[in-house]
Amino acid sequence: MAIRDDVLVVGGGLAGMTAALAAAREGASVRVVTDSESTLQQASGLVDVLGYPTPHDDADDAGNRTPVANPFDAVDALPDDHPYRLVGVDALRGGLSVFDDATGDLYRGGHTERNALVPTVGGTVKPTARYPASVAPGLASDDRTTLLVGFDGDTDVDAPNVAAHLRAAGVPFDVGGVTVEFPGDLDGTDQQTRLAHALDTDEDGVRRRLAERVKRSPKRAGDDVFGEGGDADDGAAVDGFGDVDRVGFPAVLGRARPRQVRDALAERLDAAVFELPPAPPSLPGVRLRYRLRDALREAGVAVTTGNPVVDHDVEPTEGAGGDGAENPAPRITTIYADRNGTKTPYEPDAVVLATGGLVGGGIDSERDAVYEPVFDCPVAHPEDRYDWSDADAFGPHAFARFGVRIDADGRVLGADGAPLYANLTAAGGVVGGYDAAAEKSASGVSLATGYAAGRTAVAAASSSHPTPTDVTADR
Amino acid sequence: MSRDTEVLVLGGGSTGAGVARDLARRGVDVTLVEQGNLTHGTTGRMHGLLHSGGRYAVSDQASASECIEENRVLRDIASHCVEETGGLFAKRPEDDESYFEEKLQGCRECGIPAEVLTGREARELEPYLSEDVDKAISVPDGAIDPFRLVVANAVDAENHGARIETHTEVVDVLVEGGADSSAGASDGDRGDVVGVTVEHHAGSGNRVHGAPGEREDITAEYVVNATGAWAGQIGDMAGVDVAVRPSKGVMTVMNVRQVDTVVNRCRPKGDADIVVPHETTAILGTTDEEVSDPADYPEEGWEVDLVIDQLTELVPILAEARTIRSFWGVRPLYEPPDVGSQDPTDITRDYFLLDHEERDGLRGMSSIVGGKFTTYRMMAEEISDHVCDQLGVRGRCTTAEEALPGSEHPARLDAAMDDFGLRSPIARRSGQRLGSRAEDVLDTSGPNPVVCECEAVTRAEVSDAITQSGSDLNAVRIRTRASMGNCQGGMCCHRMANVLSADYPEATTRGAWDELVDERWKGHRHALWGEQLSQAALNTFLHATTMNRDHDPAGRHPTGGNGSAPGDDAADTGPGAVDVDFAAFDAGAATDGGRPTDEASRGGGADGSRNGGA
Repeated sequence: MAIRDDVLVVGGGLAGMTAALAAAREGASVRVVTDSESTLQQASGLVDVLGYPTPHDDADDAGNRTPVANPFDAVDALPDDHPYRLVGVDALRGGLSVFDDATGDLYRGGHTERNALVPTVGGTVKPTARYPASVAPGLASDDRTTLLVGFDGDTDVDAPNVAAHLRAAGVPFDVGGVTVEFPGDLDGTDQQTRLAHALDTDEDGVRRRLAERVKRSPKRAGDDVFGEGGDADDGAAVDGFGDVDRVGFPAVLGRARPRQVRDALAERLDAAVFELPPAPPSLPGVRLRYRLRDALREAGVAVTTGNPVVDHDVEPTEGAGGDGAENPAPRITTIYADRNGTKTPYEPDAVVLATGGLVGGGIDSERDAVYEPVFDCPVAHPEDRYDWSDADAFGPHAFARFGVRIDADGRVLGADGAPLYANLTAAGGVVGGYDAAAEKSASGVSLATGYAAGRTAVAAASSSHPTPTDVTADR
Repeated sequence: MSRDTEVLVLGGGSTGAGVARDLARRGVDVTLVEQGNLTHGTTGRMHGLLHSGGRYAVSDQASASECIEENRVLRDIASHCVEETGGLFAKRPEDDESYFEEKLQGCRECGIPAEVLTGREARELEPYLSEDVDKAISVPDGAIDPFRLVVANAVDAENHGARIETHTEVVDVLVEGGADSSAGASDGDRGDVVGVTVEHHAGSGNRVHGAPGEREDITAEYVVNATGAWAGQIGDMAGVDVAVRPSKGVMTVMNVRQVDTVVNRCRPKGDADIVVPHETTAILGTTDEEVSDPADYPEEGWEVDLVIDQLTELVPILAEARTIRSFWGVRPLYEPPDVGSQDPTDITRDYFLLDHEERDGLRGMSSIVGGKFTTYRMMAEEISDHVCDQLGVRGRCTTAEEALPGSEHPARLDAAMDDFGLRSPIARRSGQRLGSRAEDVLDTSGPNPVVCECEAVTRAEVSDAITQSGSDLNAVRIRTRASMGNCQGGMCCHRMANVLSADYPEATTRGAWDELVDERWKGHRHALWGEQLSQAALNTFLHATTMNRDHDPAGRHPTGGNGSAPGDDAADTGPGAVDVDFAAFDAGAATDGGRPTDEASRGGGADGSRNGGA
């Protein structure tokens, strides 16, 4: 027998979870069906909204390469078919409020509309709208003297090099970097979760031992720690370290008890402690995924993992309804997910497609075609595959914008510009028309389109009920 | 008169490095200059086939006999560069039966061990071979790593006193005297070649990004022009005509080894007829198109499609397989002016030693053109004999007997690997790459983490390669294979830069990092569909989103290298640095110990309020 819900969300990443939470807020019964684990743990944990609205315009104009301080003000500079322009700034604000409610004290940044600049493991700074609490003391607009710590066995974070790069980027604080061996036999362990577990449980006094290694380290590294013109002092180690107001670590500071780990290190170092947003696999990304899963559970959203959607049924919509449309879009009636080789039917009233982009598998390609594999929604793309990418590694890649088209309500559009199905919306990476990597807009678009798609799905579900209520009225 | 060196070798490919090694071992003072990395030209852009000679057994039996002879030598002296894969000439029903018999007969006439397999036997060996293949000839083809081989030749030359200068471009050939040097007449005395003017793109010695270029005259008793497809350009500088006919061919790299044996199509010459297992990949080849400029020619998608579609007839799984990049090489073909072949596939693969004194009346220089990678050592020996005749040196060639550095102690290899705390697949791969040097390279005091997961390259290997080649991460790449696997550097380019930063300043590191990313992208673009397009999108997220390298306030390309043409550091600068108004951005909420106006909240000790607690 088919499983019935008001709204079925296909995909469990940031966009899908946002859509589910937004729909649940409206009182709908919601289910999330996912294939694989989401790509959240591949992401750094930062929630970018918009950093560079015109990233590929004239590179000689430094304005195009300078981050915007207020992402909401910058939305108008985006092209008309950008998802933010389509669903509107209100949907973006709505999505952020869903996110803020769900993440609570795990995240910061909601106190202001301005972007924060966060040091990256690549030694640059990046504009972002929400950042984990563990990252908060490390912001680049904060002028406190900073020491970055790397671990000898960690190839991703080279603290002296990150510090030197940040100095080259002109950050307004003294910053140095040192490399220490993680205590115990754990250095060289390439699993962040193993180091995080040791810190969570304070295995063999690892918190104290790590702090002591850090306090001793500036002496060993001598004058070079803070580069030329820095505040480093070649006197006793503790004197040199005494100038440090905050200490940044690779993102391994606890999985289960991160705040306790940071507090313990901060107390021993007498400095604020923060994490650098990491390259994958990312513990901050994992923490976010767990927190959002908790939020889904609290909101009563059912989650079914490991079941790819393999088929669906469609039926024509009877009659023209009240709006006089001659050919109303058909409806998706049944979704089939594969469960260990069995096709499990779901009969939701509305469907949200949130399967991700090229990375997540929501958009796929062959030598001569780009397509959306679940519902075969049209995906516009140049004919010649050499036009899919730019000759410059960071150029204006067409592939970055591949995805389905949506309207202002998040409905998926057909090739003719009319809704493809009456009850199908889309959110996140599967939506096209924006260059998430260059704009630094990936998470924000997921939140904005997730919010719009979730609410529209509720309205579509309601309108399919025998006694429809006008849910769209308060939109 | 006193010259800087006895012999100056132009070109750091297999031929040049082989000549430098040979002469250095004979006690000759040698200097080698190369415009890019070692293997920058054709040598670094081949499919890695160690010929058995089978390919030439019908069309060119002299070459075939040389191939099998040198094949045996290289298995011996370069065992750490060679994988003894074996090879097959597979016949489909539509392929000519009599050609199959000719091939078999030819192999036997040339002393190439050859055995006929039924289709079933061939598929037992290579399960992905097409069901249509009705029979095959088994020959001792192999796979060889050209990078490792050339580096080993250069290291051996250095060990015997040679000077090796990479990223050093010849900008003029110095000629003294000559009756009619400006008239261009074909007869008469054109004088003596006494050396060359070079431009060191990043100073002499190992390359350092950002180091200023400088010019140097290097004088020599004798000059060997071993620049392959560039030999004509060197000839022009010396006023002699060397009519190289460069011909391009594509090689498409697959993500895994669909075959473990070299698979050739058994038919007369043709495009797209070979699959070579190479390290973790399989390389499909190739096409044959004459080009006018060896450094500037179109790399076209139809060539990629052609090799995949054609070779799918031999190995059907290739149709669905993932390719990770494509690259093109230029064959330095040469034929004497009176032959006049129209089709480049008709031009002989034989090599020619052009003594410019004999040929053009220009003393002190010879050019070596044409030829094959597999017979590089034999060519080098003949050139070295010729040079020694000219110089009156009586050294004996030892290159066929003495193992190359890394291959001296093959027995030590397997035994030593467990000692370094490396997980076994990584240890095996490291051992294969380093050969008998493994013990020295991997013996580090601290942790030795893996830098490149796709190719299982550890930090100690990367450090070792940096010691050898300076700040050039592309040179590190060809020595270690780091960044050459499935992700094409997505996960490891920044890690390689991190290793570099231990020895070089940040700006130098950043330039080398940019150049590596750009070089990887150049070949990756030819594989962008399916999983590899998804990989490219992921790489963009890692580099642009996670690290914001595309909008680095410190700028990209601080030294200008664009990766596409090593050495042209001054060309093509990327977006420069920008000044960011940090004060305009969120400095954190006061409760997070951000930049509070209330000093009390930051001075109060470790109360949890300063690190995001509260």
